[in-house]
Amino acid sequence: MSGTADLRDSYDVAVIGAGPAGMVAAAICAGAGLSTVLLDEQAAPGGQIYRAVGETPVRRPAVLGNDYWHGERLVRALRASTAHYVPGATVWSLSREREIGVSIAGGARLVQARRVIIATGALERPFPIPGWTLPGVMTAGAAQILLKSSGMIPQGRTVLAGSGPLLWLLAWQYLNAGAKLDAILDTTPRANRKAAWPHAAAFLLSPYFRKGLRLLLSVRRRVRVVAEVGDLRAEGEGKLQTVAYRVGDGVETRLSADILLLHQGVVPNVNLAMSVGIAHRWDEDQLCWTPVVDGFGGTAVDGVAIAGDGAGIAGAWAAEERGKLAALAAVRALKPDARREQLPDEMQVRLALAQVERGRLFLDRLYRPADRFRLPEGDTLVCRCEEVSARQIVETVALGCTGPNQMKAFLRCGMGPCQGRLCGLTVTELIARARGVSPAEVGRYRLRPPVKPITLGELAVLPKSEAAIKAVVRG
Amino acid sequence: MFRRLPDAGEARLAVTIDGKPARARAGDSVAATLLAAGVDHCRTTPVSGAPRAPYCMMGVCFECLVTIDGVGNRQGCMVPVEDGMAIEIQHGRREIER
Amino acid sequence: MNATTSHDVAVIGGGLVGSAIAWGLAKAGQRVAVLDEGDIAWRASRGNFALVWVQSKGLGMPQYAGWTVRSSNAWGGFAEALKAQTGLDVCHQRPGGFHLALSERELEQREAMLKRLHNQPAMQRYDWEIVDRERLRRMLPQIGPEVVGASYCPLDGHVNSLRLLRALHVGMRQLGVAYLPNHAVDAIAWRDGEFTIQSSGGAVRSGKLVLAAGNGNARLGPMVGLAVPVRPQRGQIVVTERTAPFLNYPVVTVRQTDEGGVMLGDSLEEAGFDATVGTGVVSAIADRAVRMFPLLARLNVVRTWAALRVMTPDGFPIYDHSATCPGAFVATCHSGVTLAANHALALAPLIAEGRLPPEQLEVFSARRFDVPAAA
Repeated sequence: MSGTADLRDSYDVAVIGAGPAGMVAAAICAGAGLSTVLLDEQAAPGGQIYRAVGETPVRRPAVLGNDYWHGERLVRALRASTAHYVPGATVWSLSREREIGVSIAGGARLVQARRVIIATGALERPFPIPGWTLPGVMTAGAAQILLKSSGMIPQGRTVLAGSGPLLWLLAWQYLNAGAKLDAILDTTPRANRKAAWPHAAAFLLSPYFRKGLRLLLSVRRRVRVVAEVGDLRAEGEGKLQTVAYRVGDGVETRLSADILLLHQGVVPNVNLAMSVGIAHRWDEDQLCWTPVVDGFGGTAVDGVAIAGDGAGIAGAWAAEERGKLAALAAVRALKPDARREQLPDEMQVRLALAQVERGRLFLDRLYRPADRFRLPEGDTLVCRCEEVSARQIVETVALGCTGPNQMKAFLRCGMGPCQGRLCGLTVTELIARARGVSPAEVGRYRLRPPVKPITLGELAVLPKSEAAIKAVVRG
Repeated sequence: MFRRLPDAGEARLAVTIDGKPARARAGDSVAATLLAAGVDHCRTTPVSGAPRAPYCMMGVCFECLVTIDGVGNRQGCMVPVEDGMAIEIQHGRREIER
Repeated sequence: MNATTSHDVAVIGGGLVGSAIAWGLAKAGQRVAVLDEGDIAWRASRGNFALVWVQSKGLGMPQYAGWTVRSSNAWGGFAEALKAQTGLDVCHQRPGGFHLALSERELEQREAMLKRLHNQPAMQRYDWEIVDRERLRRMLPQIGPEVVGASYCPLDGHVNSLRLLRALHVGMRQLGVAYLPNHAVDAIAWRDGEFTIQSSGGAVRSGKLVLAAGNGNARLGPMVGLAVPVRPQRGQIVVTERTAPFLNYPVVTVRQTDEGGVMLGDSLEEAGFDATVGTGVVSAIADRAVRMFPLLARLNVVRTWAALRVMTPDGFPIYDHSATCPGAFVATCHSGVTLAANHALALAPLIAEGRLPPEQLEVFSARRFDVPAAA
């Protein structure tokens, strides 16, 4: 793996994240003659959706499915471009002047860019049920990463629980791979169907419809599916032993289990964007914070754009198109004389985007996670790092604490190494419910660099001005 | 907890987990190596001492913190495993010497 | 809260200064309302370094040194009282503290400054000393080769300042204080011995008024005949992951918290109302910390932040009582942690009685800034 020495001091364009949006954007910018760096935290390009697509040990293509292998084309295009792709590069800061702090193999440095495209994608929505911190409980996305990058499948009694396309896709891939699944506990509320129905027509025209339906039916034929699960707990001494659930308000059923894989949708990975001061709005359809961007992913921070799911969840195909749009804006700004034939046609991109975004609202409504699974109660941990419970949050609201930043000061929630990635949404929503106001009014954690850990040693050797040194020396 | 698919290639790398020899496959992360080796938990928390295991596998949850080659609190899911690595369970707060 | 409710005292500001005073007022039997802003506000109380610090304070105003020593001495009892009432341990510790020097020149400057401080007339006597490298190593074994020595004062200590803020809020609640968040103050009127405070959350009336709004006091003071010349001064802080205990004493810019994180401070920057973190300053903080304790280089940084100190022109606190609106007080300082014990136990009872005795507190009046500059 290369180190920071291979990086230049400055680039025309820096793209952060090598998922579909980042790969496409970097290849286009480089193709237009802009000096382009693509910084990615993983060891290989693809992001999470195409994780390890170039080197997965899963040899049979049918296991992971055609949509996964599509990622190979994007990786090839990236590799064929002159973009400087840097794996193992952790971006820990971005300033409003577009100075990027990046660490590679334990060494940090600063890189300047005229344009920055943030393509940091999505992460799984927190699923705070009792026992979700027990060993043996992990996310469906984590399990899928183990499959893609290591060819690993569950051994022992395995339960999938939650809601949303990824849960079904994982089940399908597992069955293809020969894994045995004990049950799928579907937590999708029945009422969601009614809410989604008005948007069904649009979804019928979506490319996701036929594929999704086929996959769903295929899984249902082979695994026991329990619908309308309204209550879910993981139990065990030191590790998962039992999954307890109820259908609706019915009697509790207990399953012995070694592995519980949870999923209830994905949300934008906003930490870097928030830390540079990009405005975010509460998205009531997707129940998350979404950055405020224009039609090219541009933000109010000069020269900084967001592409892909980090700009609002729309899926991998949309991410590609949004990557193209962000790249187009960068090229137009920095190289207005770039030859048109080197660039994607904006109209075509927008048509393609409209096509793949069709039916999104149907999916959002259908798979909207139930309140019960977003708003925990009692001793259920909200902040995994600092072990702060739902009860503590609610009691502290009663003390007069109105928002997540004061909550953080009082209880330390969000102060651990994950920096609120796994508790931020829950804390905001819990405060909102306790106060009887909207999450938008409650607000969110204020985030500051470093958004990923960096050692003090790395930080200490970065360049600093005389004024900065003088500011910290005391007589 | 997890097993490798037959076509996933051989685990040729030799590592130690808390001093005991284990095998790892080139291309795996340290966290995947621990899961493949059947390790129950990779750390205990600095707050209550509760056991935790890898949760997200993509670098966001910090549950897979382990000591690698004497350096504490490293994200196991973000570190590619290497031959000869000494992996240790992280017990609570790290120590400044390691 | 509707305008018909009248309180004995309204405290504007729910940070450490306002909360400590409100807690003390409630203990003294006053019916208190605290008007605070919302979740996003300039809150030094969430961004401070949490030292209870004595050494080096008071050069230019020996009475401030005395006031600080008094608070430091009262802190143990204050922490006990909070724990007894709320069950929350604010982890106050007073092992003495160090100020490390990274060169002979720094050490000489340090010693000269402390001598000037202690040679002031009317300076309260307390122990301090310069410690050479050999002795220092026995107390702080992890110091790096560049550390030549330190100043030490046994009165210095530290506390968990976020838990202090929480304990004060829990304590206020238990004492019946009306805590009113989202009450940003727009205007204050005084008539017939009563204050009417217009805020974003409605009007509040009270017999007395305490301005404890930090940098907001500059705007609020003139509404009740008080000049409060304060300005923001930025400080940036770095904190590491939790680490097993290794540092037994607080150092003025390096301390290990009870939770295990190592806090590294802190910058002094004139940046107006801008709490942006800058990589250069944070790097300079890290550099000095690593030179003091080289093993720190291995630790991961989990957070950095910037907060705004509340600075007066001479750096000393302002405690004042309005001449034109009797019953209106102001309390402002940049040492809300160190002075919390005084604010709760000494200042609040005086405000409850309605006067600041000149022999004690006249020196802290903002009238000291009215003196025309010498020709």
